[in-house]
Formats: sequence, C-alpha cells, structure tokens
Amino acid sequence: MVETRAPRQATNTGPGRLLIAVYLLFAIAATSRAGLQIATRFAEAPVAYLLSALAALIYIVAAVGLARAGHTGRRVALACCSVELAGVVGVGVLSLADPELFPDETVWSGFGSGYGYVPLVLPALGLLWLWRTRTR
Amino acid sequence: MTETAPPLTSMTSAAVAGSPVDGLLATTTIVLSLVLAVWALVAAVRNRPPDRMQFAGLAVLELALLALAVVTLVALGGGERPGEPGAFFGYLVTLVCLPPLAWVLARMEPTRWGSAIVCAICLVTPVVAVRLQQTWEVVGG
Repeated sequence: MVETRAPRQATNTGPGRLLIAVYLLFAIAATSRAGLQIATRFAEAPVAYLLSALAALIYIVAAVGLARAGHTGRRVALACCSVELAGVVGVGVLSLADPELFPDETVWSGFGSGYGYVPLVLPALGLLWLWRTRTR
Repeated sequence: MTETAPPLTSMTSAAVAGSPVDGLLATTTIVLSLVLAVWALVAAVRNRPPDRMQFAGLAVLELALLALAVVTLVALGGGERPGEPGAFFGYLVTLVCLPPLAWVLARMEPTRWGSAIVCAICLVTPVVAVRLQQTWEVVGG
C-alpha cells in the first residue's frame, strides 16, 4: 500500500471487512444450499438450483474482489455487486409475477425474503462502499 | 434400536423426543450467542475494538457448539437420524465454523468494525442453530 497525499481507505479494511464477513456467510449459505439442491433433487427445479449456484459463485467472487482490494479487485467487486443487485431485484419481480418459473426457493426469491432481505441490502451496501472508497 | 414400536410411531417419537440439538445445550448456545452479539454491538457503537470478553465469549461459544456436535454424533451412533441428513450436516459443520471465523476476522480488524463483525456472526449463529433443529425434526419436509 503506497501512502498518497490523501490516503484512501482500502476496500478490505474497516467497514469493508464487515462487508466481506457477511459476503463470506452468504457465500457459504448459497454454496451449501445450491450444492445440496443440485446433488439431491436437481430435476425438480433446475432453473432455481442453477440460479442458486450462480448466486453462490457471485458471492464468492465478490468477497474475493473486496478482499483483494486494488484496481482489479474493485472492478470485480463492482461487477459482482451490480449483477447481484440486478439478480435479486429481477428474480424478486419474476418470482412474484410467475411463481412457476421458480418452483423452489432460491437465495434471491421474493427479494431475498428467506434470508431477512439481506441479499437485497448487501449489494447496495457493497456499491455504496465501493463508491465511498473510490479514487478521484 | 431397543424399541419395537411400529415404524411410523417410532419415527415420530424419535423425531420429537430424541432430538439431540433441541435441549438445554442448544438453548445455551443460542442465548450465549445473542448475549455476545449485544455485547459486541455495544462495543461497536462505543467505537471499541473487540475486547478480551468478546474473544473469551467466542471461545466459550465454540466449546458449547463442539459439545453440541459431540452430543449429536453420540445420538447418531445410537441409531438416531435427522429428518434431512444433507442439510443437517451442512448446518452442523457451518455452525461449528462460525465462532472461529469471527475470531480470525476480529483479530484482523482491531477497530470498532471488528466488534461489528463479532456482532454480525453472533446474530447468524442462532439462526443456523434453529435451522439445525428444524432439519432434525422435519421428516420429508
């Protein structure tokens, strides 16, 4: 870390570390859920389970991006948080409009209601954090 | 194993009465975790890094969770089975890993945000514990 005239906080310290911790928790939750669903009853709702797997992957990559800080890490985290926000809103709307599309729960169903709406809040906080720590 | 009741009755009674994750020990871990979460939250609000109490609390919580895991393994050895084995073991492994995760992250972050991390993970732990209890009891749910 090179100290500049106006030192900026890296994405992996302070509040960022809390964010990474929550991302890790969701990475674990989504990965286990998707793994179990795909391993035991994939045929029942392939779309929902593949979506769970995708969500899990995004949580992992976002956590790594935030933890790596740096330029690339920030861009990776930015992409992940954006996709996540679009995903949770999109799937939320779709699961309300056409419940048959997702016969089984995913992390993102009902705007993440099964997880206390944290999946909805998390990408917003991630984007806010990236914006707060941006280079000018 | 020792009972010779009809299959349905034995399954139901085992699921309701014999749950190893639904006793005093499980309740203790949930209460302890919530107390620790409040303690860590107060520290975070007061702009304090994780103190010795928080690390001690995490250690005690981990010991209680390990005891819970041992009790569960003993029950499994005795022939009892969870309602949803896959999910149950997933939750059990996750549960035991949570306090060490909080410990490591709190050590890396000696600021108020370290306390916030302890608080967050101690709020998740009771949720996982309750899900653990549900996956033992719910048969085919």
